[in-house]
Amino acid sequence: MFLDLFLEVWDAIKRNKLRAAATGFAVTSGIFLLIVLLGAGNGLIHTLEANSGEMDLDAVSIDPGWTSEAFGGYEQGRHIELDDTDGELSIAIDPNRVLSYHTEFNKSVTITTDNNKTLGTTLKGGTPYMFQSNKDKVIAGRLLNQRDLDEKRRVAVIAAPIAERLFGKDAEVVSRYLKIDGSMYQIVGVLYVKDNTSRNAETVFVPQTTLRLVYHLGNKADEIMLRTQGLARVEVFEVFEKVLRKALAIKHVFSPEDQRAVWISGGGAQAETMDDAFSAIRSSFWFLGILTLLSGITGVSNIMLISVRERTHEFGIRKALGARSWHIIIMVILESVLITTVFGYIGMTGGIAFCEYMNAAIGSSTLDIGEAQIEYFQDPTVGLDICIEATLVMIMAGAVAGFIPARKATKIKPIEALQAR
Amino acid sequence: MIHLTNINKTYQGKQPLHVLKGIDLHIQKGEFVAIMGASGSGKSTLLNILGILDNYDEGEYILDGTLIKNLSENKGAYYRNRLIGFVFQSFNLISFKDAQENVALPLFYQGVSRKKRNQMALEYLDKVGLKDWAHHYPNEMSGGQKQRVAIARALITHPSIILADEPTGALDSKTTIEVMDLLRELHRQGMTIVMVTHENDVAHCAEKIVHIKDGQIESIEIVNDTNE
Repeated sequence: MFLDLFLEVWDAIKRNKLRAAATGFAVTSGIFLLIVLLGAGNGLIHTLEANSGEMDLDAVSIDPGWTSEAFGGYEQGRHIELDDTDGELSIAIDPNRVLSYHTEFNKSVTITTDNNKTLGTTLKGGTPYMFQSNKDKVIAGRLLNQRDLDEKRRVAVIAAPIAERLFGKDAEVVSRYLKIDGSMYQIVGVLYVKDNTSRNAETVFVPQTTLRLVYHLGNKADEIMLRTQGLARVEVFEVFEKVLRKALAIKHVFSPEDQRAVWISGGGAQAETMDDAFSAIRSSFWFLGILTLLSGITGVSNIMLISVRERTHEFGIRKALGARSWHIIIMVILESVLITTVFGYIGMTGGIAFCEYMNAAIGSSTLDIGEAQIEYFQDPTVGLDICIEATLVMIMAGAVAGFIPARKATKIKPIEALQAR
Repeated sequence: MIHLTNINKTYQGKQPLHVLKGIDLHIQKGEFVAIMGASGSGKSTLLNILGILDNYDEGEYILDGTLIKNLSENKGAYYRNRLIGFVFQSFNLISFKDAQENVALPLFYQGVSRKKRNQMALEYLDKVGLKDWAHHYPNEMSGGQKQRVAIARALITHPSIILADEPTGALDSKTTIEVMDLLRELHRQGMTIVMVTHENDVAHCAEKIVHIKDGQIESIEIVNDTNE
């Protein structure tokens, strides 16, 4: 029965190929444009994300400074020194917002390789969390892990530009040794940096615990990084900053109004504007996409409306010969769904193919600005789930577009339908 | 076969139009009846009611033992499919189907398999002498041929009655004879036929002529068999 019905519908479609093709074109272009638009929007968003700095947007940094006013018996110009206890203090004053901290320490050092090349560079104490929040990647070997820290291992991760300068381009450097200020370290990984101007492009990382041990640093820190949540809104961040500054001021004895004694900065404000920008991009592309989808749906509805009106006489004949209402409704819906499915699928495949083409052709193009590079169109693709959902929406709309006029047509008395011309 | 008692029908509108004013008509099995009347006399409305294509306000219509009154859409479709074969003035063939598919269509709505109904359609096309035209489309056939296809379509479900609405209205005199010969042949085989016409010659092919005027039966004329 179903096959029979299908063949009936196929007859009707074959009879009017041009109309089916016109409807199909509306559907295909609707789906195609939706997917391409969303792909382009995603490309823009991914680009913004990729270019939005190298720091987690939920990180807050505390940097030591010099007091700018006399306070509590101390003269101005005193250096404030930070250590792990300041990180613990930060967690203590707002445990709901400050999840964890890590400290950073930089040291200028001279390194010597096993082939006797020397280079002055910056040594940093690394932690797994630091790498994670910086979204760091290696191009060879591995990053530092918790066991390196626990066992205070003499291991190092070096930035790619340094590896190149010390050992030459494309040299195998993992497992080789470095002498840093007289101590030997084994290289375990090479850090990926985007270009020579990036942060950490000139840095060698050793486990933080090792660094502190070797240089007798105790628990001192050059910078404290806080991992936070719920600080994306500027107003919230400002209050948090004030409270934290006050707590630090009491501990280190400086004026709570002193903006230069410690520097507290967070990605919060940036995160907020970025979020706003993303959602603006996303919603405007969705808006355009849904409009194109709607124009496709309108196209289908329109054609089905005309088609049903044109076929009223035929439906009259069919009813006179014994067709029931559902025969006719199912036939029209099937016709509509068949057209939207076939052409929706074509549009979906085309849209995905076009996105992949964009991705391949200009997907990771970069724009040179002096020494740095900006990626301007990254990964302009759409998830398959969204593509399929859009096509399903179209098919369902096609079913409705068929159902409504068909039901109306079956309400006409057979004799009136027969007289229709 | 057909029993009409006091059938009344009014078309509602700005000025309600009382088109059938108490029709009483009984048609026996195997009869060939022509309904004649001027346009507006209500003859087409009567045929539409007989064909369950339109409803009536008052009275009783019993077709082949079944009371046809206030039927649901689907019940109506069912009885049209099983009990009635239609022959229309304008043939009402579906233009994008060939002769065989057109003839087979009523069986589609009975759920008969494609193979079976195509085979039966061919059989019935053979009966009306159009076997060789099975795969021609309506626009490739003459009026007479189209009407014969329509008759084959009307017969394929073994209906209780054939209702013909001006079956020769769109035909020339030669093909009119063709089609009327076919209807007469069906009558000879025992088919009950009710036909609306305004052509005297055509009406005289029937056994009985019902004259309708202003929504009422004016007279019933028995046709002499010497008409051949």
